[in-house]
Amino acid sequence: MQEAMIKRAKELLADGTVNRVMGWKRGEFSYDITPAVFETAEELDAEFVCDDLTQANVSKYLIKESRKEGKILALLKPCDTYSFNQLVKEHRIIRENVYVIGIPGGPKIDIEKIKAKEISGILSVKNEDYTLKIETIYGTETMPYYEAISGKCENCKSKKHVVFDELIGEDGDVLESNRFEMVEKLENMTAQERYDFWRDQLSKCIRCNACRNVCPACTCENCVFDNPKSGIDNKAAADSFEENMFHIIRAFHVAGRCTDCGECSRVCPQNIPLHLLNRKFIKDINSLYGEYQAGADTTSRAPLNDYSTDDCEPSIVHERGVE
Amino acid sequence: MQVNENFEPVIVAFCCNWCSYAGADLSGTNRLNYPSNVKIIRVPCSCRVNPMFILRAFQKGADGVILCGCHPGDCHYTSGNYFTRRRITLLYSMLDFLGIERNRTRLEWVSAAEGAKFAAVMNQFVEDVKKLGPNRRLEDLRCRKQ
Repeated sequence: MQEAMIKRAKELLADGTVNRVMGWKRGEFSYDITPAVFETAEELDAEFVCDDLTQANVSKYLIKESRKEGKILALLKPCDTYSFNQLVKEHRIIRENVYVIGIPGGPKIDIEKIKAKEISGILSVKNEDYTLKIETIYGTETMPYYEAISGKCENCKSKKHVVFDELIGEDGDVLESNRFEMVEKLENMTAQERYDFWRDQLSKCIRCNACRNVCPACTCENCVFDNPKSGIDNKAAADSFEENMFHIIRAFHVAGRCTDCGECSRVCPQNIPLHLLNRKFIKDINSLYGEYQAGADTTSRAPLNDYSTDDCEPSIVHERGVE
Repeated sequence: MQVNENFEPVIVAFCCNWCSYAGADLSGTNRLNYPSNVKIIRVPCSCRVNPMFILRAFQKGADGVILCGCHPGDCHYTSGNYFTRRRITLLYSMLDFLGIERNRTRLEWVSAAEGAKFAAVMNQFVEDVKKLGPNRRLEDLRCRKQ
């Protein structure tokens, strides 16, 4: 698949359709796949990589890239196309300046899940018939593919590319996923249990802002968390209140626009399940205001930019019974 | 939970300029009683209330936050309170999800003619928050009063 992508990218570079390619290359470690822009065929041959470890969503980079001269080629997985579409809808990406090739999606491998099996000194990871062969400095280890599947792929919502100019591989369908399972489990707990769960999780936050920086929906030029006048621009959360507040506000700012791509939880160095906050909003929006998938189209109104005269009252939250 | 009989909660009430603030005024001119725990903040429209305002109120020592606006359909700006309704429903639901007591937050529609309703709502809300005790789950220790 990687060869097919490089071949097609070279063709498009050669015939002048695009002058850059948005892809991925290896980072400091061979398994750290990081987004990168390629300008020549030689660079593509030498560095381009798209394998089972390539999880990063490149949509957000296209905001700046689509404002540069010439067209850029973007290789997007199904889940990335939702983020891309949402950004086109919000006039953040200039659609005319991007040539989109849809590529097959996951399930992708999360290196952290391999490391969690106490496998260290990793040199390379290969997938051989759904068994991972992991070369380390201590020798070769194996583990089943499904045990290392990335958290964001576990509850895949769709294999369908919602936007593309051409496809490599085949287009899939929207899937039936049970992605709200954990949210429902939390909802059924008592308030004290929920409070303890979130205190446990959010107290780990080191306020590195990685979740905000990676989020394709967080695209403000000046973020409220960077504005000294907002009074909440702290580098570290000094109090449990600030931990709660940061995560409520972060999730609220993307409510109705979050496509549930799962990048926030993927990049969290403390493994906080941040996507649960986003999914709670998605679940509420779906159940209260009708099914809505952000990024599925570029014309519909976002649920929080819209209203209906017979919306429910906030008192339904209080009517959920005793705590 | 131990109930402190002498506990006097701090209640922040965001009232829209056109309906609820006038409603509060009316309840005053009608000589109706409502507890002095309620601190009213006037806002141009209930839609002006950013979720941040509500969190900030809790941070700075509020034990309960109530938001009052014009009845749906009566907004001075035609549709402001419809947006409020969706936004605040999601926020309250999220606070509940994080384990913050449900009864600390409320939204009521109070028109300029409903002075009696304003007093009744505030009496009821203060009573509910008194039962819950001080806000501990969403407070900033640095802002706690000695």
